[in-house]
Amino acid sequence: MELIVGHDVSKVYQNGEVPIKALKEVSFSIKKGAFVSFVGPSGSGKTTLLNLIGCLDKPSGGRLLVAGMDVASLGKTDAALFRGTHIGFIFQSFNLIPILTAYENVEYPLIVVQNIPASKRRKLVDDLLAAVGMSDQRNKRPDQLSGGQKQRVAIARALVTHPDLVLADEPTANLDHDTAMSILGLMKRIRDELETTFVFSTHDTRIIGEAEVIYRIEDGVLKTSGNHGGRNNG
Amino acid sequence: MANLIKIAGRNLFRYKRRTLLTLSLIVIGVLFVTAFVAVTGSFKSMMIGQITDSFVGHIQIHRKGYLAAIESLPLTMNLKPGAVRKVEDVLKEMPEIEAYSQRIKFGGMFSNFIETTNIRLNGVDPELEAKTVPLLLSRVIEGEKALKKGEIFVPELLARGMKVKVGDIVVVIATNRDGSVNGKQLKVGAILESATGPGGRDGYVHMDDAVEILRMEEPEISEIAVRIKDFGALHKVFAVLTGKLSGALNKEGKPVFDVQTWEKLSPFYNIARMIDMMTLFVKIMLVAIVLISIMNVMIMAVYERVREIGTIAAIGTLPRKILAMFLLEGLLMGAIGAIIGGILSSGVIYALQMAKISFDFGRQTGLILSPAIDPAALLTISGIVIGVSILASLQPALKAARMDPIEALGHI
Repeated sequence: MELIVGHDVSKVYQNGEVPIKALKEVSFSIKKGAFVSFVGPSGSGKTTLLNLIGCLDKPSGGRLLVAGMDVASLGKTDAALFRGTHIGFIFQSFNLIPILTAYENVEYPLIVVQNIPASKRRKLVDDLLAAVGMSDQRNKRPDQLSGGQKQRVAIARALVTHPDLVLADEPTANLDHDTAMSILGLMKRIRDELETTFVFSTHDTRIIGEAEVIYRIEDGVLKTSGNHGGRNNG
Repeated sequence: MANLIKIAGRNLFRYKRRTLLTLSLIVIGVLFVTAFVAVTGSFKSMMIGQITDSFVGHIQIHRKGYLAAIESLPLTMNLKPGAVRKVEDVLKEMPEIEAYSQRIKFGGMFSNFIETTNIRLNGVDPELEAKTVPLLLSRVIEGEKALKKGEIFVPELLARGMKVKVGDIVVVIATNRDGSVNGKQLKVGAILESATGPGGRDGYVHMDDAVEILRMEEPEISEIAVRIKDFGALHKVFAVLTGKLSGALNKEGKPVFDVQTWEKLSPFYNIARMIDMMTLFVKIMLVAIVLISIMNVMIMAVYERVREIGTIAAIGTLPRKILAMFLLEGLLMGAIGAIIGGILSSGVIYALQMAKISFDFGRQTGLILSPAIDPAALLTISGIVIGVSILASLQPALKAARMDPIEALGHI
């Protein structure tokens, strides 16, 4: 079952008078439960594509469906509602809220985005912190955590609303190799347990091979795709 | 909501020094305004009390047109006995009225047998006058504090100019409404301190002496001064009294009576208005302090948290919730400032009360300032602070809510 379908998706930015084509009619599809990587050098268009899939931006042309929703049809508020329900985000710089503890950071989307009652929140957060191995660090604030620990908390935050899709933009860029591998291993394990689709971008050659489906982007064009033996492909 | 307040609180104290500095400004502002309102309010109340209780009374009733001609004290514009009875009936019916005093006001000549000068006099019933303007007798600076028949209370400046003392015999000569002149010897019973405002430099004689000098068959009243029980209800009582007397019309179908509060009768009212204006100005300063300081903090908060705003927007926080979160921060800061400021103000006002600060007003010495703040006024000031805090947070909050998540996430 296809979770994401892109058909001739393009994105053009205006730089003053000059139009810049960040994405040039890319077509692809990603199945539910896939572990997908968009690979390419800086400026190739992978973050632009992730932003479109994440409903943070709208395509300039073509059609992009995420969980059956046409991204171009979403207004600002509807897009926020859609993201809060269907998509989790993991960022390169972790982007945890510094005034909140690890527990509170994971709890945050349940309070602010989904208005889940306190009684239900506790179990959801506890389970996720346990799943990412951060239960014993729950009361620490981001500045008391290592990079790997922060990203584990960020993964838990992305998953706590049980999204269909988790988007990770360069999730290991700020981590050493071992930590990066353990984070990817964690993401994969959670994918296996929760059937959540993971899509991440990277230009780190060390971790490209961890993806089961790989899309290569260069100059806004989806060049090739490969399958590393995962259970899904595009 | 509790969680949002908790988050707002933590965000506020993310930059402790800045928040504490801003809070200090708000607290000092609230403290200053509250103390100012309390002290000036106390001063104003005391001054109004001095004026109304010394000679003006709270309300005065005249025949329509009398006030316009009051400088000449026209006896022809006195109230007819029937009109006076009508007023008395109305006043007796009203439980809000504490006392009233009828006055015959007239001008005449004052002679010490060597020199003669003009004098303005009030013929009063001493007992009723004392009940209506209880501080009148406190203006006696020499002599006995009781006005008797055959005696005159001479205003201080006139006594000094005419070199008369308590116990001296003087002559008062006046022209009655028919134009005939009459005079009467009176003993100086007391020297009276002058007061600011119309009637503040008048002398006093007994009503019976005034009737005799003016050769009236029965008292023809120029003015009825009224004292009410609750000064706070002045305008309400005034409205009721005006309503009750407005039905009385003369032969031309025009109103017989002219009812006025002290505000229209004393120039001090303008000073009271100036005090109110100063209070308003100080409140505007408070608004400016709160507005600028909170807006500054909130603008900085938004600027410093752009990526964070991008993050919470990306994970699905609705723009209106982002708006609410920042407004809540401003509201919280205002509320904390207002509460701390309110508590400290109450302490300062209590300390000022305990200090028993005294001041002089005319001959009145040792008046004790008793600043007090009405809880409603304190709530109003707190409400202003909180309202302005929300207002000051609105622009930064809107900016945060409207932020594009992609741009915000890319902010360095």
